[in-house]
Amino acid sequence: MTDGLMTIPANVWIILAGALVTYATRFGGHLVISRMKRIPPKVNVALNAVPAAVITTLVAPGFVQNGLAEILTLLAAIVLGFRLPMMVMFLIGWGLVVALRAAGL
Amino acid sequence: MPSTTSPIAGVRDALVPVLSATPFGLLFGTLAYDKGMTLFEAVLMSATIFGGASQMVGIELFKGGVAAWLIVFSIFAVNFRHILYSASVGRHFSEFSFLQKALSFFLLVDPLYAASELRVERKMPLTFAWYAAYGLFMYVVWVAGTVVGYEFGRLISNPEALGIDFLLPIYFLGLLLGFRKRQNWLPVVLASGVGSIIAYLTVGSPWHVGLGSMAGILVAVLMPLDHEVPMDPVPQSDGPEDMG
Repeated sequence: MTDGLMTIPANVWIILAGALVTYATRFGGHLVISRMKRIPPKVNVALNAVPAAVITTLVAPGFVQNGLAEILTLLAAIVLGFRLPMMVMFLIGWGLVVALRAAGL
Repeated sequence: MPSTTSPIAGVRDALVPVLSATPFGLLFGTLAYDKGMTLFEAVLMSATIFGGASQMVGIELFKGGVAAWLIVFSIFAVNFRHILYSASVGRHFSEFSFLQKALSFFLLVDPLYAASELRVERKMPLTFAWYAAYGLFMYVVWVAGTVVGYEFGRLISNPEALGIDFLLPIYFLGLLLGFRKRQNWLPVVLASGVGSIIAYLTVGSPWHVGLGSMAGILVAVLMPLDHEVPMDPVPQSDGPEDMG
């Protein structure tokens, strides 16, 4: 019988299933690529583009989902990021979004 | 000269992302409490999924009576980008044992992926010692942050006034600029940026992540092939030399 399994809340099963599919994404991409003997140049170009492509999508909606304070912060962070170390840019950006929000933007 | 490949270097390199991710661990704990999750469920989620955005989506759907398969599918969709991370960074795990790979892929979150690619970009060895220390440090703080957030998060009455909700975009922007020397960087960023914003405004989140990425990658593939040696060579010509 499944009495033992039945007493586990549905949420727990959903979480464990979510963990399983997440792990599949983290291991799966490698499994697919490692089966190829030699990575074709175009595939290599595509993979080299992955970090910038993905990270951009985590930042870009910030320009349309927020208000003026967030947009100005992102623009300032882009300019600063070309000149300053990342940690410095990060702290200035943090301070800026707090200040701009406090100013009511 | 301090080692750049040791566990200590891994922990040191993870300090900024840990600082940046901790508010989200706290926020996740707080939200989990608000949505009526038990502490066990919240911690189980952080400890087994270990992916902030997908956990946020998950608890958001839990309370709405959404079908179980749809919750699991949403978690999968939000984390789908990890397939790309895995394919890309896995090329540099060639010196890892199977168990080391198994652990490394479990720990493959956004900041660790980006930091690993940045090491390869800078011709620094990607050792398991460095990688595991970085990832486990983030993991422990993430799970601990979930507990602390669950118990005390209600005390943060206004996280927006502290800018906490906007730390991750700033952090990811910094990471993105770190890749600006890479081949096709600007066309990829422009295509992904425009693509993800269009997708965000039409089909909505989290689809903008996958669709925007595809736009950027497609542009890179359509660019004429550079006849120089690729900046990020294929597995047989690189790999960590120093497992110390």
